[in-house]
Amino acid sequence: MTRPTRASQRRPLSRQARQRRSRLAPWMLLAPATVMVLVALGYPLLRQAIMSFQHFGLAQQFGQPAEWAGLSNYVTILSDPYFWSVFIKSVLFCLWTAGVTMIIGVGFAVLMLRMSAVVRTIFNTTLIVVWAMPALASLTVWQWLVDPRSGLLNWVLTSVGLEGFKNFNWLGENFWTFYLIASAVIIWASIPLVAITIYAALAQVPTEVLEASELDGATNFQQIRRIMLPMIGPVISLIGVLQVIWDLRVFTQIYVLQQAGGIASETNLLGTYVYETGIAKGDYGVASALAMVILGLTLVLTGRYIRMLYRQGGMA
Amino acid sequence: MSIDTTSTRAIVSPSRTSARGAQAPRTAARPRRIRLGKNPVANVSGVIFALLWLIPVYWMVNSAFQSESELMSWPPHLLPQEFTWDNFASAITQANFWGALQASLIAAALTVLFASSGALLAAFALSRFRFRGRTTMIITILIVQMIPAEALFISQYRMLDGWNLLNSVVGLSILYIGTIVPFIAWMMRGFVDGVPIELEEAAMVDGCSRVGAFCRVTLPLLAPGIVSTSVFGFLFAWNEYTLALIVLSKDSSVTLPIWLQSFQQGLKATDWGGVMAGATLISIPVIIIFMIVQNKISSGMVAGAVKG
Repeated sequence: MTRPTRASQRRPLSRQARQRRSRLAPWMLLAPATVMVLVALGYPLLRQAIMSFQHFGLAQQFGQPAEWAGLSNYVTILSDPYFWSVFIKSVLFCLWTAGVTMIIGVGFAVLMLRMSAVVRTIFNTTLIVVWAMPALASLTVWQWLVDPRSGLLNWVLTSVGLEGFKNFNWLGENFWTFYLIASAVIIWASIPLVAITIYAALAQVPTEVLEASELDGATNFQQIRRIMLPMIGPVISLIGVLQVIWDLRVFTQIYVLQQAGGIASETNLLGTYVYETGIAKGDYGVASALAMVILGLTLVLTGRYIRMLYRQGGMA
Repeated sequence: MSIDTTSTRAIVSPSRTSARGAQAPRTAARPRRIRLGKNPVANVSGVIFALLWLIPVYWMVNSAFQSESELMSWPPHLLPQEFTWDNFASAITQANFWGALQASLIAAALTVLFASSGALLAAFALSRFRFRGRTTMIITILIVQMIPAEALFISQYRMLDGWNLLNSVVGLSILYIGTIVPFIAWMMRGFVDGVPIELEEAAMVDGCSRVGAFCRVTLPLLAPGIVSTSVFGFLFAWNEYTLALIVLSKDSSVTLPIWLQSFQQGLKATDWGGVMAGATLISIPVIIIFMIVQNKISSGMVAGAVKG
């Protein structure tokens, strides 16, 4: 009984203070999250940008002041043919892996629309199980599946008559088969997110639109192709962009499979190359410059999408 | 005042259903009925693809229950002939298993606690306040998510080294929290948007302060959202490998993914049965949790994507 009266008494007294407080309130609410991001990502990003212009090696790790290197780290990288081979492999690997993931993922989502409820539940559950598998757990299983001597894959291939695959070493033979397995692992593991989110978006398409199109005599295929997919275009492009980003910097899968396969120098992609240069060899300056190049590449590849977000955000 | 409480309740209860109703079309399990013809081809290929996708998972569990000699036999056994728990015993008696479990749980708990509370506050600010810089904030959140973690680990490693937090789970958790908080905030914002602001306004008319209205009305309705985003944070910390590899060295307390890999590599000839048992142990809890909340996670992602 007393509360509303007290509030109404207080309001006229402190209107200005209230206004100031409500202007500050959102920023105070945002502060903790902002601090977390600045500590974990913002500050390292700044330091990395600085370090990429310094000679920063093992000596600096033991306390010697770093010398400015100007652009020499970048020159070192960009004039190194090995960097370019890694760069091109990374971009191609990313486009191939993300492309196949998106095609299968959208295909699965459309397929899910047409399934009966029971089959869809089975399908959905399968995808969720795969989605939830920790990357490391699935990587160990895949290594076991492609094990040269007792792996399931070689057994299946030899038993359908492809004798050449007896004891075939997928991860060690050459970089083509290595990448084939690596992209298979990544595609297998990324499909669930793509399929389930796109299916969730497809299921949101208003029924009225579909009913209207049905009255106009649209076939199922036309409904999917001309109405549903365009309507969920933003979701598809968002997932596609995320996929490109994830596959461009792929580290875990490549690194772990390299540990098993043993042809690291031929199979490096940008992520593992940064790791090798920085953490393993201790050349932090060059590694930072490399990392900045990856960051730049990511921004170039996703710039269009960021602009799109910006336009959307302007309307929000 | 009795009128007050009943009126609030009267507003809350129907709109609780309406809040749920607003989310219903987004959830994958209960889509609005779409009048596309059901198709036997879709059903058959659905089953085939499901089986195909399950092979690695099945093979992991299958191998975990087979004895060493069975695993090496040719042809491989599609079912364990003599069902054995030995591999699980050998996995959990491995040096470091319990330490790694502990490290993983600590990292996950810290990540969930800090990232979820930070994200909840941020989401509330972005959803309920119109202020200058709001759009910029939203775009920043989206852009931050695009920074590849692999492009930062060199300087993150250097930073933690400088703070004497290398080889520490706390140091690792700091990186986890900062990495995941933008995404969780984005997801959470979708959930806060899903609770009609009218409810809060009604409570404020009834005399609640803004904070009070949020705590008493919105927070309870946000429970599913909070649970899902927390689970997401948990899964991230539980599954993460790259940063753990860089921050934790093998002789310190490592998280489970690093443990699993060193288990595999520590042996001369890989003890595949043991490794598969270890992989199964790590996967099963997350698979169970994930199945419970995945609807919320995918709908949260779609909501964020659509709203931008």
